[in-house]
Amino acid sequence: MKITRKDFLRLSGLGLLALAGKKAVRAVGERSFASSSPPKKRVRWGMAIDLQKCRQKDGCDRCIKACHSTHNVPQFADRAHEIKWIWKEPFKNVFPAAQTGYTREFFGDLPVLLLCNHCDDPPCQDVCPVDATWKRDNGVVTIDFHRCIGCRYCMAACPYGARSFNWQDPRPAIAMVNPDFPTRTRGVVEKCNFCEERLARGQGPACAESCEEKAIVSGDLEKPDSEVRQVLRSRFAVQRKPELGTGPSVYYIV
Amino acid sequence: MSDRPLILAGLTLFVGLVTTPIWHGALDRKTALTAPPIKLPAQEKQCVAPTSYMRSSHMRLLEDWRNEAVRDGQRQFVAFNGKTYDKNPTRTCVTACHTDRKEFCGRCHDYAGVSDPDCWNCHNDSHQASRSAP
Amino acid sequence: MFMFERALTGSRKYWLWVASLLFVVLAGSLCYVLQLTHGLAVTGLSRDVSWGLYIAQFTFFVGVAASAVIVVLPYYLHNYQQFVRLTLLGELLAVTAVTMCMLFIFVDLGQPSRIFNIVLHPQLKSVMFWDMIALGGYLLMNAVIAVVTLTAQREQVPVPGWIKPVIILSIPWAISIHTVTAFLYSGLPGRSYWLTAILAPRFLASAFASGPALLILLCLALRKLTGFDAGWEAIQKLAVIVAYALAINIFLILAEVFTAFYSGIPEHEEAFRYLFVGFNGDYHLVPWMWLSALLSWVALTLLLVPKWRNNIRLLAVACAAIFVSIWLDKGLGLIVGGFTPSPLGAVTRYVPTLPESTIVLGIWAVGALMITVFYKTTLSVWEEN
Repeated sequence: MKITRKDFLRLSGLGLLALAGKKAVRAVGERSFASSSPPKKRVRWGMAIDLQKCRQKDGCDRCIKACHSTHNVPQFADRAHEIKWIWKEPFKNVFPAAQTGYTREFFGDLPVLLLCNHCDDPPCQDVCPVDATWKRDNGVVTIDFHRCIGCRYCMAACPYGARSFNWQDPRPAIAMVNPDFPTRTRGVVEKCNFCEERLARGQGPACAESCEEKAIVSGDLEKPDSEVRQVLRSRFAVQRKPELGTGPSVYYIV
Repeated sequence: MSDRPLILAGLTLFVGLVTTPIWHGALDRKTALTAPPIKLPAQEKQCVAPTSYMRSSHMRLLEDWRNEAVRDGQRQFVAFNGKTYDKNPTRTCVTACHTDRKEFCGRCHDYAGVSDPDCWNCHNDSHQASRSAP
Repeated sequence: MFMFERALTGSRKYWLWVASLLFVVLAGSLCYVLQLTHGLAVTGLSRDVSWGLYIAQFTFFVGVAASAVIVVLPYYLHNYQQFVRLTLLGELLAVTAVTMCMLFIFVDLGQPSRIFNIVLHPQLKSVMFWDMIALGGYLLMNAVIAVVTLTAQREQVPVPGWIKPVIILSIPWAISIHTVTAFLYSGLPGRSYWLTAILAPRFLASAFASGPALLILLCLALRKLTGFDAGWEAIQKLAVIVAYALAINIFLILAEVFTAFYSGIPEHEEAFRYLFVGFNGDYHLVPWMWLSALLSWVALTLLLVPKWRNNIRLLAVACAAIFVSIWLDKGLGLIVGGFTPSPLGAVTRYVPTLPESTIVLGIWAVGALMITVFYKTTLSVWEEN
C-alpha cells in the first residue's frame, strides 16, 4: 500500500485527535473516582448577624477593616473596580421584598452587613467551568485562585452580588500587606472565604472577633448546641432571598 | 528541480532557528557547568525533602502542597524523616528558612534560565527588606 | 484538500480590502496587548456589569453560526435545489462565526493563559463546558463538510457517502449551540431578565432572522463585486424565511413585555424599564433599544410586502435593518439588561471603552478576512467548473 503525503497528514491528524481524546476521557475518569471519599460528619459553618447590635455604634466599620486588612483586600477609589469581601448596604436594597411602605420608613436606610452567604447549594459552584469555586466539606464556599480563568460566570450566577473581580493588579492598592495571606493576581474572582485559613487554625472569623458589640455569631449550623444555633433558636432571623433555594448560611436577626 | 537551492536554504534557516537555544548556549560561555552558589538558611540544616529531590522537583512539591491544602484541606505534611510541617510555603519555607529570595531562589532560576516565576505576584515576601523587584 | 492559494490572486481592489482588514486586525491585537498588560480594567466593565461587549458579541455570533441550518436543512432534508450554492456559503459563514465566538470568549478571560483548564479540569455541571463542546463540535463539523463539499465540486465528483450523516447531524447540532448558549443565561437565579423559558426560543428566532439576513447581504455584495449570482429565487425564499423568523422574534419579545408588566412584579419589570424607558435616572440605552424596535418593524414591513421584498435595494435595506436591530437587542441590551439593576438594586452605566471596541472591531476584521478568503476560494472553484 502506498501512502501519499495527504494520507500521511490525515492519519497523523487522526492519531493526535485520538490521543487527545484518550487523555480527556482519562482526566474525567480520574476526577469522578477521586471524589468518592467515605462520608464524613456534616459540618456547615454559618453566621448570625444581629442588625440591632450592629448599628449600635454609628458608622462603625471595625469588622470591614479587620477582614480587609487580614485578607489583603485592595481599596480602589473607582466604584467600578471595587473589591469587597464584607460591606454595608441600606436595608431597602438588601431585602427589597421584606418591606411594606411603613417598615421602609424606619428600616429602609439602616445599614446591613453583607458578605458571601456560603450557600448550601451555591449557584456559583454549578456554573464554574473549571471547578475553581466549590463548597468545602465544612460548608465554606472557596475559590482556587490558581485555577480561576477569570470568565466571571460565577459573578453572573451569584444572586447576592458577593463576588468581585480583579480588573487590575491589586498590589498597588493594598496599603499594608499582611504577609500571612496571599494577595491576588489580576484577572481572578475573589470574595469572602469565611476565614477558612483561620478556621483551620481553630480561630473564628476575623469580622466576628473584631466586633466589640458581639453582633456577629459564627459556628456550625449542623451542631444543635452550637452558639449560632442557640441564637437562631431564640430570635427571629431571616436570610437573603431564601426563595431562590440557594440556602444561605448567613442569617440576619432584624 | 530549479527550486532545490531555495528549499535547501529555507531548511537550513529553519533548522538554525529551531536549534537556537542549543548553539546560543554553547556560544554564550557565561553559563558554567558548576552549580551556582546559593545562600542556605543559617539556623536550619534539614529541608522538608532531600536536597536532590528539592533541586529537581521543588515545583512539583509546591504544587502538590497547594492542591492538597487548598482543594482537599489537608494541611499537614509528613516529611521523609517523620517530621511534620505545615503545607504553607509562606510560613514553612519563606519566612522560616529561605528568607532571601534573590540569593536562594533567584540564583538557581537565573542559572537555569527560568525567568522569574510569578509566585511572588501573590505570595508575599514583604517580611523582606528588599521588596523592590516583582 | 488545500485550496486557499486561490485567495492569493486578486485585483488591486481586493488586496486593498485585505490590507485594510489586516490593519484593523493589527489595531485590535495591539489593544489586546494593552488589555493583557493592564488587565480588563481597560474595558468599560465593572463589578456590577461584569460582562459586556465581548460576551454580547459572542452571543450574537453564535446565532449567526446556528443560522446556517436555515439553508442546510431545506437543501439536504427537503432537496430544495435552489439552495445548492447558498448551502456552502452558509456553512462557511458558520465556520467564520464560530471562530469569532471563540475569539470573543478568549479576549473576555481574565487569565487567558489558563484557558486549557477547561479541558484539564472540566466541570460537567457547568453550561459553559457544554457550550464549548457544542461550539467546538459545530466548528469541526462545518469545516469538514465545507472542505469535503468544495473538494468534490472541484474534482466534479459526487460528495463521499460518509459526509451525509455528518450533515444530518449538523442540523440538530446547530439548534443545540444556540439553545445551550441561551441556557448559559436562562438558568441563573436572581437575574430576572434572563430567567425565562422563552430565552432559547427567542435566541433561535432572532438568530434565524439575523444570520440569513447577513447571508443575503453577503450574496448581494458578491453579486455587485464579482457578478456571482446565488439565484434570485433562492434569495427571495431566504427573505421569506427571515420575515417569519423576525415576526416570531417580535412576538416573543412582546410576550416577555406582557408578562413583566401585567404581572407587575418589580424585579421582572426593572430590566425592561431600564432598557426602554430608563431606570433610576439612567437613560443611556433607551434610544438604542427603541432604534432596535423601530428597525425591526420597518424590516418586517419591507419583507412582508412582496413588491418591496422583490426590490433589490429595499431588500438590502431590510436585511441591514434586521442585522442592526438584532445586534442592538442581543449584542447590547441582552447582556447589560441582565446585569441591571444589580442584585443590590444599583444601576451602573456600562460604556465600552476605545481599546475594548477596537478589540471587538479586530475580531470582526478577522471574521471579514475569513469570509473573504473562503468566498474567494469557493467562487474561483465554481468559476472553473
